[in-house]
Amino acid sequence: MHGTRILDEADRLMTVCNSCRYCEGLCAVFPAMEMRRAFSDGDLNYLANLCHSCGACYVDCQFSPPHEFNVNVPQTLAIARAESYAAYAWPQALSGAFARNGLVISIVAALSMAAFIFGFSAVNDHSVLFGVHTGPGAFYKLMPHNAMAALFGAAFLYAILALVMSVRAFWRDIGTPIGGRADGGSIFQAIRDAGELRYLHGGGVGCNNEDERPTDRRKLYHHLTFYGFLLCFAATSVATLYHYLWGREAPYPWWDLPVVLGTLGGIGLIVGPVGLFIAKSRRAPELLDEQRYGMDVGFIAMLFLTGFTGLALLVLRETAAMGPLLALHLGAVFALFITMPYGKFVHGIYRFAALVRYAQERRSDAS
Amino acid sequence: MSLTSSHRADGMSSKYDVLVVGGGNAALCAAIAARRGGASVLVLEGAPKFYRGGNTRHTRNMRCAHDAATEILTGPYTEEEFWEDLLRVTGGQTDEVLARHMIRESKDILNWIVEQGVRWQPSLGGTLSLGRTNSFFLGGGRAMLNALYLTAARLGVDVEYDAEVTDLVIEDGMFLAARLKRPIKGETEIRATSLVAAAGGFEANIEWLKQYWGEAADNFLIRGTPYNRGSILKMLLAKGVQEVGDPTQCHAVAIDARAPKFDGGIITRHDSVVFGIVVNKHSQRFYDEGEDLWPKRYAIWGRLVAAQPDQIAYIIFDSTVVTSFMPTLFPPIAGQTIAELAGKLTLDPAALEKTITEFNAAVQPGTFDHTILDDCRTEGITPQKTHWARRIETPPYLAYPVRPGITFTYLGTRVTKEARMLMADGKPSANMFAAGEIMAGNVLGKGYAAGMGMTIGSVFGRIAGQEAARHAKN
Repeated sequence: MHGTRILDEADRLMTVCNSCRYCEGLCAVFPAMEMRRAFSDGDLNYLANLCHSCGACYVDCQFSPPHEFNVNVPQTLAIARAESYAAYAWPQALSGAFARNGLVISIVAALSMAAFIFGFSAVNDHSVLFGVHTGPGAFYKLMPHNAMAALFGAAFLYAILALVMSVRAFWRDIGTPIGGRADGGSIFQAIRDAGELRYLHGGGVGCNNEDERPTDRRKLYHHLTFYGFLLCFAATSVATLYHYLWGREAPYPWWDLPVVLGTLGGIGLIVGPVGLFIAKSRRAPELLDEQRYGMDVGFIAMLFLTGFTGLALLVLRETAAMGPLLALHLGAVFALFITMPYGKFVHGIYRFAALVRYAQERRSDAS
Repeated sequence: MSLTSSHRADGMSSKYDVLVVGGGNAALCAAIAARRGGASVLVLEGAPKFYRGGNTRHTRNMRCAHDAATEILTGPYTEEEFWEDLLRVTGGQTDEVLARHMIRESKDILNWIVEQGVRWQPSLGGTLSLGRTNSFFLGGGRAMLNALYLTAARLGVDVEYDAEVTDLVIEDGMFLAARLKRPIKGETEIRATSLVAAAGGFEANIEWLKQYWGEAADNFLIRGTPYNRGSILKMLLAKGVQEVGDPTQCHAVAIDARAPKFDGGIITRHDSVVFGIVVNKHSQRFYDEGEDLWPKRYAIWGRLVAAQPDQIAYIIFDSTVVTSFMPTLFPPIAGQTIAELAGKLTLDPAALEKTITEFNAAVQPGTFDHTILDDCRTEGITPQKTHWARRIETPPYLAYPVRPGITFTYLGTRVTKEARMLMADGKPSANMFAAGEIMAGNVLGKGYAAGMGMTIGSVFGRIAGQEAARHAKN
């Protein structure tokens, strides 16, 4: 049998589902399952991460509880998914961060924001911290640009390294042949599937949330969150180019590209996470992995904090609140970066890898 | 329309325009059609909400005639071809007028059912042979039911679960009221202007099955819910409705003996018969395992096993064919030797070894192809295996224990083209209609072809609902 209780259960369910197959039109999980007759740990982790938790297969299943076959695919795969994050985490010594993830994220976020406030007030004179700064370079009166770039660059590079190592372990585990390369066509297909959340769709009508009435709300909020995040990232990237290529220093006027991108992204990062949080709290508990509530909400909260402090900074940047708000915003972003490999953020990375694998399998199955 | 006032008017008991008894495909199509026809409608489903829908829970497709390929159907399936298929599977035991009417109506049902929220998908993996004729429900039968119930609720149809009907008040072929086991809003009697009976057959009623099968019925497994007890059918027949269909017959397939007594659904089925041999508890073969192609061979084995001692049999094959059929819910029982396998199956090892040795010796050379009636056969043993016969010689040796799995029964109420029940004296009932399995015997005297039960349910459900509403509104 498998290494964990939840993988044993996932194996049992995939055996039930593979002898039924009524759900094969709902998403990618069931067609992927049908390509197998037996399931390794890697196969099950692959299927778990391929699942978008739309809930349709639970509502449509004639064998879901209270039936004695007790088929609950969304919940089982949600738990298996969360356990896979810890199983593939790099370095393994930090995999424990997933066990009490909400607590870990809160502590890191609190420490990070406190450190920036403390650092700002230790390095800067009181009048500078609470002073009114305007015009190009205003932010850098509190923290030199190079220090900021070095610190965030390092945090970002570490996050990238840890994520790459983690997803590499995942990719090796789910693939046959082991370590096989992804082709461009499959990656492009996966980008499309992830970009439109093709499988968060209940096979076409939306997700099942509080009852058997499907809606598309979670998809909408996820899009706001994800594209909000991307817009914020784009804002930072454009600003970095402005700085190094043209020597144009932040803050930028409201109509300039980094501010426009950041404002739109920030709104997405506020509305999206709030919507996701409300949707989550209303969702039928039998569809959820309630033990991972802290992980899910921790990530939602970090995104919200990033968006909220960013927008607050924009609105109040010409007041005495700019210094403290900059410290809070930078603290939130820093915490978001360094916890990326050890929190819910990884769901996107693993799911994307699973979608690439699925696209590959579809291609080789068709040929 | 004054819905809320109309069915509460007399104060003595609830009164609806149309009362639908049952909660599956036929019942919901009737309820929706009646409601769309302007009637107030109450649906009484005897099962709890999770088990609503009777056999529809376990269905996956519907057979509808169509003149051209669609998005999900690979080619045309004309009315005439449908009729010929029906004629073949029933051996002519069908009412041609009714059957042809159903087939004609099925064309429109293909679209109508989508308008009620049901979604189609192409045929599922492993069912390519149905890709041209049958439209599959996206997500299966329960997804179909969910869509119909949501539509019914949106239209204002009232639905009650755990609503067991204990008696029907019928006078001179005229329905007056239904009595309930459990009061609904304080009332134990529901009156209605028209009745649609769509409450299925009696396949889960072991006592009733015993009338025809004797004690053997105790060993039957029921593929659907325990709520398909046929109580409404029994009441109607007792109150003078004309019966149709052979009461002794039921549709049965061989399913895994380890399946639960009720509601194991489709996933307990076995279609590995052609890849091995089937023996009874005395380790004796009893029928040609290679007689015919799926699905015909699929549907005969339930009855064959039912005729064996203790209603048990074992499909025996070897490790070379394991991947030739769909993965199964229950794993095969395995033994490195025939004797070890026999021990696990509690069969006599010597007897099983003898049967397999004789079978292997009788296998003639040939070219195996399970998609056609190939030339792999036995010679010199009885019964012969006429196709797909290959030696069972590569360990581990494997087996599935199987029992009869009862799907549905054929006994029903006779109806007209308008789904109106006919009384024993030949007169049509004034206000009683029937749809679905409860009247399937009109069209399907025996046999079965995939998806036909749902065609009967949707087509006659819609007709019954429309006619019941028309009667109530006049």
